[in-house]
Amino acid sequence: MVHCLMDGNEAVARGAFAAGCRFFAGYPITPASSIFDVMMRLLPPAGGICIQGEDEIASIGSCLGASMAGLKAMTATSGPGISLYSEQISFAVGSEIPIVIVDVQRLGPSTGSATRGADGDIQFLRWGNSGGLPVIVLAPVDVTDCFRLTQHAFDLSERLRCPVFIASNKEIALTRESVDPEQLETISIGKRPAPVPGKPFLPFETSPENPVPGFLPIGGETVVRQTSSTHGIDGYITTDPAQIQDFRQRLSKKLLDAVDTYTFFDYFPSASKDLLVITYGVTARSARACLKAFGGREGPFSLLVLKTLWPVPESVIREKAEAAKRVLVLEMNMGQYVREIQRVLDSKEVRFFGRMNGELLAPSDILEACRHG
Amino acid sequence: MDSLLNPNRPPVFCPGCTHERLTGALDRALGLLNRKAARVALVTDIGCSGLFDTFFKTHAFHGLHGRALTYAAGMKLARPELTVVVTMGDGGIGIGGAHFLAACRRNLDITLLILNNFNFGMTGGQMSATTPPDAVTGSGFLNRLEHPLDICETAKAAGAPYVGRYSAFEKDLPEKIARAIGHEGFSLVDIWGICPGRYTRKNRISPKSIAAQISRRPAFDGAVAENTRQEYGALYRETARHAPPLPPPRRIEAVFIPPSTKRQDVVLLGNAGQRILTAGEILCLAGMTGGLQVTQKNEYNITVLRGPSVSEVILSKERIDYTGIETPSVVIAVGQEGVRRRKGLFKKMPPDGLVLAAEGLELPDCPCEIRLLPFKKQRIRSRDQALAALSVLARKNRVLSSKMLEAALKIRFPSQASRILETIPQCPPE
Ligand code: SF4
Repeated sequence: MVHCLMDGNEAVARGAFAAGCRFFAGYPITPASSIFDVMMRLLPPAGGICIQGEDEIASIGSCLGASMAGLKAMTATSGPGISLYSEQISFAVGSEIPIVIVDVQRLGPSTGSATRGADGDIQFLRWGNSGGLPVIVLAPVDVTDCFRLTQHAFDLSERLRCPVFIASNKEIALTRESVDPEQLETISIGKRPAPVPGKPFLPFETSPENPVPGFLPIGGETVVRQTSSTHGIDGYITTDPAQIQDFRQRLSKKLLDAVDTYTFFDYFPSASKDLLVITYGVTARSARACLKAFGGREGPFSLLVLKTLWPVPESVIREKAEAAKRVLVLEMNMGQYVREIQRVLDSKEVRFFGRMNGELLAPSDILEACRHG
Repeated sequence: MDSLLNPNRPPVFCPGCTHERLTGALDRALGLLNRKAARVALVTDIGCSGLFDTFFKTHAFHGLHGRALTYAAGMKLARPELTVVVTMGDGGIGIGGAHFLAACRRNLDITLLILNNFNFGMTGGQMSATTPPDAVTGSGFLNRLEHPLDICETAKAAGAPYVGRYSAFEKDLPEKIARAIGHEGFSLVDIWGICPGRYTRKNRISPKSIAAQISRRPAFDGAVAENTRQEYGALYRETARHAPPLPPPRRIEAVFIPPSTKRQDVVLLGNAGQRILTAGEILCLAGMTGGLQVTQKNEYNITVLRGPSVSEVILSKERIDYTGIETPSVVIAVGQEGVRRRKGLFKKMPPDGLVLAAEGLELPDCPCEIRLLPFKKQRIRSRDQALAALSVLARKNRVLSSKMLEAALKIRFPSQASRILETIPQCPPE
């Protein structure tokens, strides 16, 4: 038997590298800094670029520039940095710039506690852009997920030309685990769509087959325009309400329509179908531990672990909750994603259990919460 | 050389705006340098200077206010062969001050043209970082209270290797801009101009007064001798060539049989600086040489050398889910702060549990065996005590064996393992 010892941050960095990421910029922040450390050792020897921005805004800004120049780019921070990224995130959403953004969540609000974990940014990641258009958020549960989902983040961000978040947590990022190297599989990463052939290049032109505009890099033989202003397919400002509305619709639809193709989840059924526990991130491990204590299928609940949080994977939530009488949502915050579950399962009794004090929800806490359900 | 101006999109500035002259000057500068459209990227900021990219048929990137230099940096690092020109107003230099300083210090081959007209034209003539105190602006009396920024002096102080301060009305401006673009490294051109749309409505400013103002300031017209150095991108690539590649994650083979097949929950408690996390990692590696799965969850404060340091290590034959420890099988206590932080753990110890504690610590009551380790007497340094406690555990053949510990040390400290093993004395006498 062979194992490797790794923490979540190293796995994110190695996953990014395996996915072909060749540009990384970050600003030091606990608990995300070690992603920068590993990228700094991975990228330069491979001909890639890793820089430390003068601040968070610069870090993500240089990623956007490098991404438009054709490189796969990633940045990593924690809640306070996401706040500073916000305007650039809106830019990436509206102007369809591929980028992977890692949020190693720590206990907030604000500066909060740098070395304690939480899942307090789950709604923030979704709504932290001006304009409120959808984004993709993937939530790893363990080190293997960090490696795997970071690659998926690149695949999605490249194919769909959008920012993709990894919602990590100090408790995954800085927790070391033995991992089976066989489980650290590389996946094939999709490409940014090619421009419509046989036509003059228009930077935001789409085709009926693909709602994602064809990409050519800034600096290539064909001149390319990119702009944060409201633009038409030619990349120049437009004021035409019909065209603007079509664009906004397309930006939504290109993510929402495809969500079933990138819904990552684990489902652990148990004999008692009455209670469905839904959770994500590191809390999923505590819920799994509860089930294991009961020998798996004899557990007091079935468990749905969501790894795609945004767009909300409504189909899988409905399907797995079908037989359940009650639903309990567990979160390391004061109740954020439970709002989505309540919205999707509006005819069911959906309750919340969680806290935000830097501690993991322990299996004993969860069993207690189930009992009182 | 053909013009790089976009024939379909002529400039749309207010009549008399010097931005229009500068559009022509930049085009002629690129022409003088014989740059092709596809070899040039124009990165523009927000405000009237942010319209520049639309008037050219080069690559164009128009982004957020004050952040143009951030995109330019990524672009230039990704494509060193590209000519990257940034246009920004005096507003952008204010909001993007950190990026400006960083660009000067970093010295990537980017040309920054500051279209300096002493106010925010687009939003209503508010004061900017360069507004003189005696100007009348849309910001009430506020500019009277502040000192205007001398962009060129600031750039020089921040390490910019090429700085020019010119009037937008200078006849040879195209040549001057061309020289700046041709300079290999960061070049800054601070161009003083007129905003008739806003600024000149309430302020007297003319080509003559601009020339007079500039002549009263320190002159900047090219290379700054004391800041001359190698361009960042070239230096980066050269340095990166010698950086050793990061090896793949180390593969640890299971070669030993662990003392017990039971799951072990070990909590290490200490003070920051006692290498608690390193000891936890060693324990993990040792477990892995025994074919066990491991997790290590750490807790510490943000202060580096103060406060508690706690590591929770689980070793198990099966996959480990929850990484916290509710009932430890072994507690290693070497620092008071860690003990205090987890004082509740002790009463939860099972009767067959074990506490290994440095002599002299204040410990809460606990229902299992407590073994006191006379580290002080044995002169074991505080930073080695957690590791020494592991060796005690190994010699008791509990959780890990001596062989497992030795193997783990060799993995973690390949060159020092034997020295470390020697310094951990054969302690303590039973
Ligand atoms: S507002 Fe001022 S800077 Fe803007 S176009 Fe008009 S004159 Fe030029």
